[in-house]
Amino acid sequence: MQLETIGFFGILFGVIERFWPVWAALAVVLALSMRYKKRLGLYGHLYDSGVGIAGLTICLFWLFTAIFADTIAPFDPLRQFPVMKDAMPGSIEPESGMAFLFGGDRLARDVFSRMVFGSQIVLVIAPAATLFALMVGTTLGLPAGYYGGRIDSVLSFLANLVLAFPVILLFYLLVTPGIRETSIPQWLAGIFFIFPIIFFSTLFYTRYGGRPRLFAVQLAATLLIGGWIYIGLVFDADPLGIISIRPNELNIFVAVVFASSPGVFRIVRGLVMDIKTRDYVAAAQTRGEGPWYIMLWEVLPNARGPLIVDVCLRIGYTTILLGTLGYFGLGLAPESPDWGTGIKESSRLLRLYIHPALPPVVALMSFVLGLNLLADALREQSLKD
Amino acid sequence: MLSFIIRRLGVMALTMLCLTLVVFFLINLEPNLRKLAISQLDMRASVEDQERWLQRNGYRQNFFVRYGQWLGVLPKQPNIDPNTGRAVPRFSFCDEPATVRYSGVLQGDLGCSTKFKVPVAEKLLPALGATGILMFWVMAVMVPVSLIVGVLAGMREGSRLDRTLSVASITTTATPEYVSGVIFTVIFASWLGWLNGSAASATNQGVTFYNFTLPVMTMAIYGTGYIARMTRASMVEVMTQQYIRTARLKGLSFNAVVIKHALRNALIAPFTVIMLQFPWLLTGVVIVEVMFRYQGFGFALVEAAANNDIDLLLACSLISVFVVLSTQLISDVGYALLNPRIRVR
Repeated sequence: MQLETIGFFGILFGVIERFWPVWAALAVVLALSMRYKKRLGLYGHLYDSGVGIAGLTICLFWLFTAIFADTIAPFDPLRQFPVMKDAMPGSIEPESGMAFLFGGDRLARDVFSRMVFGSQIVLVIAPAATLFALMVGTTLGLPAGYYGGRIDSVLSFLANLVLAFPVILLFYLLVTPGIRETSIPQWLAGIFFIFPIIFFSTLFYTRYGGRPRLFAVQLAATLLIGGWIYIGLVFDADPLGIISIRPNELNIFVAVVFASSPGVFRIVRGLVMDIKTRDYVAAAQTRGEGPWYIMLWEVLPNARGPLIVDVCLRIGYTTILLGTLGYFGLGLAPESPDWGTGIKESSRLLRLYIHPALPPVVALMSFVLGLNLLADALREQSLKD
Repeated sequence: MLSFIIRRLGVMALTMLCLTLVVFFLINLEPNLRKLAISQLDMRASVEDQERWLQRNGYRQNFFVRYGQWLGVLPKQPNIDPNTGRAVPRFSFCDEPATVRYSGVLQGDLGCSTKFKVPVAEKLLPALGATGILMFWVMAVMVPVSLIVGVLAGMREGSRLDRTLSVASITTTATPEYVSGVIFTVIFASWLGWLNGSAASATNQGVTFYNFTLPVMTMAIYGTGYIARMTRASMVEVMTQQYIRTARLKGLSFNAVVIKHALRNALIAPFTVIMLQFPWLLTGVVIVEVMFRYQGFGFALVEAAANNDIDLLLACSLISVFVVLSTQLISDVGYALLNPRIRVR
């Protein structure tokens, strides 16, 4: 049966039209930021360079796409329309009368909707995993760099141990259906996810330990929120039922955190070793401040520039790792709409149809490119100061 | 210097020991052993059959005993058939000695591949050779291109050429192999038809421009941008040094200054970066070999992992960890040799 198509310009305008919430949100954010950029500090400085604006726009574009995915995507990413099997871009689905803007894939699903919903998976897991890795790497890297000596040797050895593993081998060992039957992911999650709680408790204790009432409130808040998320993520037993994570997602999450925290550790350690020779650290030591106060309130704030740049790059790298997992079919469900899985499915049939392959490829590449440009602009700005 | 290398080799051996122990633990988890038993028997084998198979082939011995046997510090017992009382090899496709003896990695025996049904060494050596060819061509493309791009960009910081090349290198660092592979295949194989979208023929019919360009290009592109950016940063730094200004003020032409004075000093840092690219290249090898169906090391690794081929997977991880660690060592030693300002004790 011959399907009606809407032609090249139809596709172009169709795509632009479907993304309208993104354009609206982008326009508001960019206009407001441009207006008040003088008062926005580092973020405002990004608007001074073309690279910064380009990077921010791309990242915000995907962020808003993930937020408004339900409105943007015309179809359910998992629903199959048998007529639309391998349909060419712009073919019109007879029942609803709406077009498959980027065509249909091998299983007759809408490629456009899958790309849009794929952004949700990537934009939740990649930044979250990076933040957890940042917490783990910072909490361990600070004492390693500050104290040096034995603690540094042991932690560095462990970090190098993980770094010596080729990432792909690590994933093949850590992200398998077999390992989900054991309790290893839970154990690793239990170890990794305790770090943010330790980090914030120490952070508040060192600063406000002398003011018991304020500290008690902060500690209670940290333990309550941290414990709530911890129970939800590790034991999947959130009493309120808001935070829940499927075993395969937990598995991926843990593996990604595991693979990227040694990198953060090394960077934090190097920065601390450099910063601890500065005068203000010596001044704090003379004042009689404790080592953890100095690490968290003197050293860490001064290491933020390189760390922010690294986080940007690392989110991009994590996105690539997620794509690798999807490409090898590890962890994510085979029908999951994420970009890596999409690339895997379509790259096998590249000789016959190329249209299902291009949207996830371009999406992944542009998002990582946006993050890299952002990191570049941030680095340039922090060098200027 | 010598004591530094010896100490590093010691740490390296310790790291390899720890890592193989971890890998050994992970692939001998209960679900993985079951998977192996099912793949070796057939899909409908009962749980008792699987258990008996695992028992008979020694998978139920103590974990550390088995690790010791694999390593070659504990003796391997021959498999005695209880009915006949004679020794039978565990796998018909590799002959095992019928006597008790030490036969592990330290003795050079890597074991049997249950997936390919050959001794591991027999499978792995040709695969490594194939990957070596791929790696050679990738390096031959990636290193010169990235160095030239980096030097050209860093020569005049802030110029239009610098901006263009920098954006180009950022773009390539944002395209992992599975992305650039798809894009290149679409352009060069599907649309233009210049190149072959599969390197399967390269394994048995030899490497040609037609079947090998796409894998090499795909793999080289991801690392190129990164090395180029490091070279650029190093070049920019060198170009602001006093001796460059002196050379310029002496009246040397810009090109002469770049080639004679700047280049040598600017290329020290990229050397380290290139050596440290190997761990990344290993991941790239796996993706590219799977994508273009090239029968190399990465292909063997994926097959081993997918079928829980214990001995092959252990050998693969041993090799990759060895490659990563020895390149780190070479990069440290080379850096010290190249840079006279660094002295290791």
